[in-house]
Amino acid sequence: MKKHIYLVLGLLGFAALLTSCGNGNNGKGSSGALNSSNAEKVYVAPGEHDEFYAFMSGGYSGNLTVYGLPSGRMFKEIPVFSQFATSGYGYSEETKPMLNTSFGFVPWDDSHHPDISQTNGVLDGRWIFINGNNTPRIARISLTTFETEEIIEVPNSAGNHSSSFITENTEYVVAGTRFSVPVPQADMPIKEYKGNFKGALSFISVDPENGHMDIKFQILMPGFNYDLSHPGRGKSHGWFFFTTYNTEEANSLLEVNASQNDKDFIAAINWKKIEEYVNNGGGTKMPANYAHNVYSDENHTATSTMKKEVLTVDPTKIPGAVFFLPTPKSPHGCDVDPSGEYIIGNGKLSADLTVHSFDKMIAAIEGKKFDGEAYGIPILKFEEVLAGTVKSGGLGPLHTEFDGEGNAYTTFFISSEVVMWKLGTWEVIDRKPTYYSVGHLMIPGGNSRKPFGKYVVAMNKITKDRYLPTGPELEHSAQLYDISGDKMELIYDFPTHGEPHYAAGIPAEILAPKSQKIYKLAENKHPYATLSPADAKVVRDGKDVHIYMSTIRSHFTPDNIEGVKVGDKVYFHITNQEQDFDVPHGFAVIGANTSELLVMPGQTKTIIWEPKQVGVWPFYCTDFCSALHQEMQGYIRVSPANSNIELSWSLGE
Amino acid sequence: MKNASIIMIIGPLFLLGLFAFPLWNIMLGAPQYPEPLGMNIHISGIEGVSEFDLQNIDGLNHYIGMKTIPKPGEMWEFDVFPKVIIGMVILGVLIGLMGFFGKVDFKWFLGWFVLMSLLGILGMYDFNQWLTDYGSNLDPHAIIKVINEDGTPMTYKPPLLGFQKMLNFDVTSLPSVGAYMMFVGMSLTLVASYLGWKKKGLKTKRQSKNAVTT
Repeated sequence: MKKHIYLVLGLLGFAALLTSCGNGNNGKGSSGALNSSNAEKVYVAPGEHDEFYAFMSGGYSGNLTVYGLPSGRMFKEIPVFSQFATSGYGYSEETKPMLNTSFGFVPWDDSHHPDISQTNGVLDGRWIFINGNNTPRIARISLTTFETEEIIEVPNSAGNHSSSFITENTEYVVAGTRFSVPVPQADMPIKEYKGNFKGALSFISVDPENGHMDIKFQILMPGFNYDLSHPGRGKSHGWFFFTTYNTEEANSLLEVNASQNDKDFIAAINWKKIEEYVNNGGGTKMPANYAHNVYSDENHTATSTMKKEVLTVDPTKIPGAVFFLPTPKSPHGCDVDPSGEYIIGNGKLSADLTVHSFDKMIAAIEGKKFDGEAYGIPILKFEEVLAGTVKSGGLGPLHTEFDGEGNAYTTFFISSEVVMWKLGTWEVIDRKPTYYSVGHLMIPGGNSRKPFGKYVVAMNKITKDRYLPTGPELEHSAQLYDISGDKMELIYDFPTHGEPHYAAGIPAEILAPKSQKIYKLAENKHPYATLSPADAKVVRDGKDVHIYMSTIRSHFTPDNIEGVKVGDKVYFHITNQEQDFDVPHGFAVIGANTSELLVMPGQTKTIIWEPKQVGVWPFYCTDFCSALHQEMQGYIRVSPANSNIELSWSLGE
Repeated sequence: MKNASIIMIIGPLFLLGLFAFPLWNIMLGAPQYPEPLGMNIHISGIEGVSEFDLQNIDGLNHYIGMKTIPKPGEMWEFDVFPKVIIGMVILGVLIGLMGFFGKVDFKWFLGWFVLMSLLGILGMYDFNQWLTDYGSNLDPHAIIKVINEDGTPMTYKPPLLGFQKMLNFDVTSLPSVGAYMMFVGMSLTLVASYLGWKKKGLKTKRQSKNAVTT
């Protein structure tokens, strides 16, 4: 009898084990229970708002896109370096100067690394900066209007890639050159690159009041490739770190020739020391030619000014200002942890991450632990600055971000994964695959003193089968991981526009309350503004015809215009009289060799129309503004060039 | 009678709140206006709840042919109402002071209350007349003309008090801080009248008692 009982108990126990195993599998596997909880994590109910803003660079779109996290919904594409027909940016007379450069009008760029302004190392949400890689430029975007307010060209630079990272009080936005070039530019054999080309690292000061940028100084470094950078923070505030590759200084087939040295460098720049040197009259003023473009909300117009001089600094002239930290395998990302102690070199041809210690670096400098020099810049001994190595087992580390709780997250391009590891012990805690071949990753505030470590977004370079196919060309894919637990959990996957290189995230509660709703018409200082429909008029000035036109739901004033002739240059200056949130009016006229205009309430925008044919031509509102939107239209009569019809204009006659 | 008189002095002073706060508030919400548009009706004019609300209400109203919301100079009421209120405050305080010095009795307090109530009712009547005219005296060339089921043209008179659905708008019309202060002030004068009456009653009782015993 007893035996039977044991048997029964045993069987029951076994059964219990089986069922509990089964339950466990159900919980962790691909079944519905877990998926539904992940769905809840990313579900933002209709009408609800996301917890974070994510600003993703557009890469070859040249722009900046705004997303919500965790939903992955895209809210806006902010035009920055590329013409944007949607709003008329870069097409309208007011915004064309924004894209002016020393090479003339450049309507496109490759935007890379957004960075949000900081105060005391914490995101303050005033502005976001982003670099144009191709024709070196840095843009500043207002985070109240979410519009580009300023673009400065960077002379002596080429492939503006180790940019646009800011110091912890937004003293500087820093732009480093990826391609070294002759400085100043010169007609010389390419083969003479080695020893002759220079790499300019530019420190652009940011006015704390209005954000206006000005190149304070450029450090002319040896002709390596300066790949990425990040500022020191906390105790390392005052320093800036740049990864380099091609310390071989190859000028052809870099794929092979720039991969020969076992170690390249992280350049450590004591910018406070250089700032002091420059403030005391140090440096050399060099003739230059670069554009500085500023957009004003007051007159809704950009002005472009050519600057003719830049202050350059020879780093060997300032002892103690620049050092090289040997770092294995052509490091790509250069990331500094929230405490400012660890400088991470992501050796992209390696399996390992090299972590340098700021304290050890300072001790090595004081103890003169040098291992030779390169072009007069001391190289610190590798072992003297090394804090540790992360043996991840992954391949191709690119970028690292931090959660503020002692963990770091590194992307591995080749093995297509994000690896979570512990600062200080260098142990790998977790790893999760990405889809596919991840480049950058972003934790809101993940490169500041105070990260908001709830989510990490992985931005992938290859999409393949992640979404419904759309022919050969696909949007990129991003994955969202929940990192609030001990391990990472993949919770969402969404397409992103252009090619996001880096991104910057910030809690919505910092930005949302100060997002501007309208421009005040009473404050509109545009020289061609029509502040009231009564002021609408048409003025001829030789062949130029200026139409001062106002829009309000649902008509243009004037909407009948006569007296324009073939060969005239007609300026449509459109002022939106609305003072109501989200009531833009659009403007388009048949045959215009330019884009439409999308005019926000209180704004004035202008396009040029050059009529080539006699006739009566319509124009209309392109934004479905109101119930009578379809009625919002008008006609302009074009007469032969020799006609003597007087200018006239009217509404409702 | 002293306490009653002090209350009678304080009561009318509450009406001064009408110079700082709106008398009435009308809010207009719609699917397109999750943050409703609103107007605050002051005794001296109509103001938007947010900076551009009046302009935006006028902008919408032009579709249905309503007149624009009157500016202070366009309605005699905005000129007269403040003067009436000031006059009533001065009158009420004077009556209170005279009560304090025993020159008048509670009947004067009650008299002020009745006069104020009459003026208030007249004011409301006038306000309602304006709302009716504003909501039904429409431009014959209006862009949108809505006809009721019985064939009469739809009017857009906002409710004097309470809630009403008008086309896509939810209209809520309620008294505002100024009106509540006026209500409190007038109630105080009623309290003053009551206290004055009670005191007087006691006095007369005592006097008659005294008369019997002597």
